[in-house]
Amino acid sequence: MQGLEVRGLSKRFGGLVVSENIDFDLKPGDRKALIGPNGAGKSTFANLVTGILAPSGGTIRFDGQDIGGMGEAHRVKLGIAKTFQITTLFPEMTVRENLRLPILEREGRGFRMFRRASGDAAVEDEIGTLMAQFDLGPLADRPVRDLAYGQQRLVEMALTLALKPRVLILDEPAAGVPSSETHLITDAIARLPEDLAVLVIEHDMDLVFKVARSIVVLVQGRILTEGTPSEIAGNAQVRELYLGGGHD
Amino acid sequence: MLRRYGSQYAPAVLMIAVAVAAFFAFPFNLAFLTRILIMIVLVLSLDLVLGYAGIATLGQAAMYGAGAYAAGLFAIHVWADPVAGLLIGALAGAALAALAGLALMRTHGLTLIMLTIAVAQICSEIANRARDITGGADGLRGIRMQPVLGIWEFDFIGRTGYWYAFAVAAVVMVLLAVLVRSPFGLSLRGIHQSPERMLAIGAPVYWRRHAAYTLGGGIAGIAGALTAQITQLVSLETFSFALSAEAMIMLILGGTGRLYGAVIGTVIFMWVHHTAAANDPFNWLFVIGAMVLAVVFFLPTGLISLPPALKRLAKGGRHAGS
Amino acid sequence: MDLLLNIAVDGIAYGMILFMIAVGLSVTMGLMRVVNLAHGGFALIGGALAHWLGAELGLGFWLAAPLAIAGTVLIALPLERVLYRRIYGFGELQQVLATIGLTFLMIASVNYLLGSTLLPIELPPALRQTVDLGFRQLTAHRAAVIVVGLVVIAGLWGLLDRTRFGIRLRAAVDNRDTASAIGINTSSIYMLTFALGAGLAALGGILGAELLPIDAYYPLRYMVLFLIVVAIGGMGSILGSFVAALAIGVIETASRYLVPDLATIVFFGFVILFLAVRPRGLMGSA
Repeated sequence: MQGLEVRGLSKRFGGLVVSENIDFDLKPGDRKALIGPNGAGKSTFANLVTGILAPSGGTIRFDGQDIGGMGEAHRVKLGIAKTFQITTLFPEMTVRENLRLPILEREGRGFRMFRRASGDAAVEDEIGTLMAQFDLGPLADRPVRDLAYGQQRLVEMALTLALKPRVLILDEPAAGVPSSETHLITDAIARLPEDLAVLVIEHDMDLVFKVARSIVVLVQGRILTEGTPSEIAGNAQVRELYLGGGHD
Repeated sequence: MLRRYGSQYAPAVLMIAVAVAAFFAFPFNLAFLTRILIMIVLVLSLDLVLGYAGIATLGQAAMYGAGAYAAGLFAIHVWADPVAGLLIGALAGAALAALAGLALMRTHGLTLIMLTIAVAQICSEIANRARDITGGADGLRGIRMQPVLGIWEFDFIGRTGYWYAFAVAAVVMVLLAVLVRSPFGLSLRGIHQSPERMLAIGAPVYWRRHAAYTLGGGIAGIAGALTAQITQLVSLETFSFALSAEAMIMLILGGTGRLYGAVIGTVIFMWVHHTAAANDPFNWLFVIGAMVLAVVFFLPTGLISLPPALKRLAKGGRHAGS
Repeated sequence: MDLLLNIAVDGIAYGMILFMIAVGLSVTMGLMRVVNLAHGGFALIGGALAHWLGAELGLGFWLAAPLAIAGTVLIALPLERVLYRRIYGFGELQQVLATIGLTFLMIASVNYLLGSTLLPIELPPALRQTVDLGFRQLTAHRAAVIVVGLVVIAGLWGLLDRTRFGIRLRAAVDNRDTASAIGINTSSIYMLTFALGAGLAALGGILGAELLPIDAYYPLRYMVLFLIVVAIGGMGSILGSFVAALAIGVIETASRYLVPDLATIVFFGFVILFLAVRPRGLMGSA
């Protein structure tokens, strides 16, 4: 099968079960969202898929290949990438340099010592395209630490996209972004390449309902239900357990 | 275009001019000036390791000493050619760093700092015990170098030594300037600023740090080889904690991660040392202690950030005035 | 058999000294996250004061030692207030530099006031006699060091486990932000902990002067030794420091008895291998 195929995935920390028997598929072109109350195990799930955590049981396949035992760097090379919940950029570098790094690493040039990092026209063109895609062009030569938080989240996404992933996991892309700037994030997600498989983990329901075509609800480490946004919005169990009527 | 190149090469031209001027201005202090040049090479190596890659070390003297002993022994027993000796020194420093780095690069923070000190102490102890080979506490003596490139004899005033050290320092400086602008250099800055992100973009952080530490070790080894060849003596002091600490102080004083900061910091520190140390090493400790605290509290990014800071201040003042 | 007993007694006594000096370093590093290379300076100050009070003013050991410890604490308190408080928030490198600078100033001050020669602390007759344990003779000094070491660890355990201060301290070590969020006054905890650590270092410096002789360069000479105890024990762990100090004391003593020529190299080799395998030490937290 093309894409990500998770079967019976579980994770325990000591006696604490944080993921239990999760089945999950993500195909090219998918726009899925993973929602659930705090502590439901959303981030744990993302970390299991990207290899930051090792699963206690179950399988993770990518294009039919078992990747459950691979390290983080190896999975990145295969094409599974995740943005960080808390912005983790290179604060003293410019936007351009922040994007140059992942491209050079993707191309396996990180050990080259006698060429200018900025000397490859193809790489620079790619940086330009990425910046245009996220409207970062005017900020190209500003250090990232001087950017507004919403702009930093865009760099975060652009940086991850620079790895040319085939599966992109966005871990709370709008966390901490003032509501006046969330449209930047929503627009950026809408403009992602069509054939990319995208999973959004998010608290902000407005954003989820805008970008997702399918929503998975996770409660206490298990999948409660999965459906289209309208199915989820109409699901009494979800409303009661998670939305709690607070969302209207 | 011309102006851009002008500003790019201005510091290099300025440094060459200063070196020439110093040669004629202080003809009787060439030994001291040469020591500054050698320290610049050592501090540059530290800038790569600590300033760019962010590897906190207080043991750079380990590789400096290894290079010094290797070059000294090579000159005595094998071949007294200076350039070959430099290569041997570089190899010795790099080999030690590569070996120690296998263990050191697994650690961070305090443990890393402590282990780097420990490695230097082990080296010192080995050199002290292997008296038959190294001369122990008396130091390694009897180093007699052939002329540089077969042309320039080392003279007792130290003219050849000065220009030789200057040439080596300049080559190292150019090499490092190329290196830090390369993809490798960029990735080191990346690791310094956010190691977890570097892992997430698929970079082998451990091996990248290991490579930086090894390269830095090689350059420190070159500095050690220079001192062995020019002073014709290698003592246990080459491994000393004080040397590692002083190199770090010079680097921070000038400013990390800029190469020129290493040069400026070294020159100023050595000059203060020369004038203030007098004969009493303990008085010198007062000066250096106060200097370090002053830098940490008032100039945390080093002297190199002083001009822009002053400029901002002046500008701010003018704005306030108008 | 005699050799093994000698190694055991000397090694344990040596380990107790290392523990007394290093435990404060470990706790302040775990609590304030400060890389304090100047900690050995407090052992030096304690030892130097004890020497001065004893040799220059003629006070007896039993009076000079407590006064020297109190004096060290009195010096440490303003240092914490004025200097250390400012560097808690600094980066690792800045902390290393600032504390190296402070170490240099301590060395220079002791030298300026007392000179660069050895600063012996004369032991009272009571500590110089030998104690007969039945199966072997033991100097009272070694026995006293071991007893004091045990009292210190028991006292620290009681302090941490049985007092409000201890509960707060442990909470602050586990999580600074939470501790201050629930209203624990971390500022005063820092100060008291720092003073306690300095006082214990002074005690260790005075009692250990026979094993680690006091002179102005003391804090630099033994810096690595104290740091090793902390790194192996795991930052912030009192029990870890205790186990590590005893193990280091015994291993170093054993290698000095058994392979005197290679002692330092063997010892450091063990340390590096151990820390490469367990970078966080015996009981280190993140």
